[in-house]
Amino acid sequence: MGEFEKILLTHGSGGKLAHELVEKSFVKAFDNPLLDKLDDSAVIDFSGRLAFTTDSYVVSPIFFPGGDIGKLAVCGTVNDLAMSGAKPLYLSLSFIIEEGLPKSELKKIVESVQRAAQEAGVKIVTGDTKVVHRGSADKLFINTAGIGIIPEGADISGSNATPGDKVLLSGPIGDHGIAVLSQREGLSFSTQLESDCAPLNGLVDEMLNASSSIHCLRDPTRGGLATTLNELAKQSKVSIRIEEERVPVRDEVLAACEMLGLDPLYIANEGRLVAVVPAEDTDKVLKAMRRNHYGKEASLIGEVSANNPGRVVMRTTIGASRIVDMMVGDPLPRIC
Amino acid sequence: MRFITEFRRSDLAEGLITQIRHRSQTPARFMEFCGGHTVTIFRYGIRQVLPATIEMVSGPGCPICVTANADLDKAIALAQIPEAITATFGDMLKVPGSHTSLQELKADGADVRMVYSTSDALNMAEENPTKSVVLLGIGFETTAPTVAASILQAADKRISNYYVLSLHKLCPPVIRAILDAGEVRLHGLICPGHVSTIIGSHPWEFIARDYGIPCVVSGFEPLDILQCVAMLVAQVEEGRSEVEIAYRRGVRPEGNQEALRIMERVFEPGPATWRGIGEVPDSGLKIRTEYQHFDAELAFDINPGPPSQPEGCICGDILRGVKTPVDCRLFGKACTPQYPVGPCMVSSEGSCAAYYNYGEGL
Repeated sequence: MGEFEKILLTHGSGGKLAHELVEKSFVKAFDNPLLDKLDDSAVIDFSGRLAFTTDSYVVSPIFFPGGDIGKLAVCGTVNDLAMSGAKPLYLSLSFIIEEGLPKSELKKIVESVQRAAQEAGVKIVTGDTKVVHRGSADKLFINTAGIGIIPEGADISGSNATPGDKVLLSGPIGDHGIAVLSQREGLSFSTQLESDCAPLNGLVDEMLNASSSIHCLRDPTRGGLATTLNELAKQSKVSIRIEEERVPVRDEVLAACEMLGLDPLYIANEGRLVAVVPAEDTDKVLKAMRRNHYGKEASLIGEVSANNPGRVVMRTTIGASRIVDMMVGDPLPRIC
Repeated sequence: MRFITEFRRSDLAEGLITQIRHRSQTPARFMEFCGGHTVTIFRYGIRQVLPATIEMVSGPGCPICVTANADLDKAIALAQIPEAITATFGDMLKVPGSHTSLQELKADGADVRMVYSTSDALNMAEENPTKSVVLLGIGFETTAPTVAASILQAADKRISNYYVLSLHKLCPPVIRAILDAGEVRLHGLICPGHVSTIIGSHPWEFIARDYGIPCVVSGFEPLDILQCVAMLVAQVEEGRSEVEIAYRRGVRPEGNQEALRIMERVFEPGPATWRGIGEVPDSGLKIRTEYQHFDAELAFDINPGPPSQPEGCICGDILRGVKTPVDCRLFGKACTPQYPVGPCMVSSEGSCAAYYNYGEGL
């Protein structure tokens, strides 16, 4: 073939190799009329209210059970848009590659991006590639931006939670964080667990069809469920009370958390969402969630009240209460 | 058996709580020695469900918390040696010494690495033959055997660039010191679970015999603690003082003989300084002469200077069970998990962190 098997610095130089990489690796995989033009920017006809988001992905390792950095980048961006009630449409993708990355790995990631984008129904319309010296990045970083359109009349925001509302969770927590942690150097433990990484715009669509008055949607990524609930409580100036027994956690996640001294409430998810809905719409939203593949384990975990604004409280399994605070720093394993 | 969810069952918890409420007539103060128990107690709100007759106080069983600043400063000085890699368990990173923390040194370029086990540290030494790897040996009888095993392995493999700073501490001597000081009157002791996995339940017998205090070894799930409290209440009401085990799935009366043998081979008891308590004879573990070439304190010429204490911090009083975190004027104000002043706010097993994180007094 005569092609290099690794990414070299020259692949990011803007010269022939760079063009070859863009055309063969990216344009072919993400094939769509907006991207294919290869102009400096994608030009899009648009009308209505826009949702616009950006994110960067630096996960280590770049391949993990249930996903990889490419799938994560698409799902994470799509989910950020979906959580504003937007229909995700277009994504940008920038690759920052550490020289020496095997082309086969890049190929796998590009394919994974393509599959995730297809599932989510979004198009990659613009992108960029940079190659940096060894040690200046860790294999591969991806930066994204995403644009979506907000349907007429939709008003979903973290500040909309109202006393009396119910809090729904789309599935068990902690799968992503523990799946990634299980692969870390110096920690590798064997588990059947896979990341929950998934695009949630389809699920959100069905929830919005079931109820036009969903107040808040948020995906509990870094910082976990605890941090998301705290954000909602603070933004909406309400308190949220959840029941420990109603928060689903898989046995594998529970076991790993016990081993490492972590609390599942603070472990990252990449394919879960929290919804705050008016009490009267709870049943229909929950039913709609459970019909969707990514919401089949959805449950009602708590409710919103007016007293102690900004506070999240959990009723423990033994019937007492405790505060659930935001995460501070990184969850570090304990020593004994 | 999954060994987790069974021990969090609400129906069984309710039964034990009812039993404790019925049985407890005499006012009693129980101390949980271990920081792991403190966390369970706060995480599940166990104090809230106990009757008014029972007062719970937290003890000094958090290895990070009881490490004196002078010892933390030694660890920090070792991390500043050029060509050295400091291997440490996670919690140690953030603990402020007299002047700085490992976390800050790391940000300035010191090679400080978090490990999950002693074998990671040993592998690090093998993989970096031109550097010195210093493992910070922190912890009670629970972690000391694995550190001892790593030294034996290093000796076996003739690894000459592996060192241990032994700040290990022993639990029974410090409990004796606290009881002898007489500052806090106890009617029951929740004995540490994982320490007892290693040393067994026999080493607690002097407390029941000489001080007349009921002792029960507990596990770390909410039902373990409730079961343990129920057993302590029974002893108090029946006027008994014995050592009992409420953690049979983890603890045998004779302990783990193999672990004890390994520990004994490498370490010998020596004096240790405990934060808030001071020097307690035979409460530390010193590397034996035979293995002294692995002793980081002997191998490197470190001179961290005199230690200083953060002003206003009452971690020492809290560790003795004399005061609680809410008695501290820094608590939740100048001292929070984001900006900890004292170690009890840093360690996940520290009393201050437990009070703060789980909002005791809700």
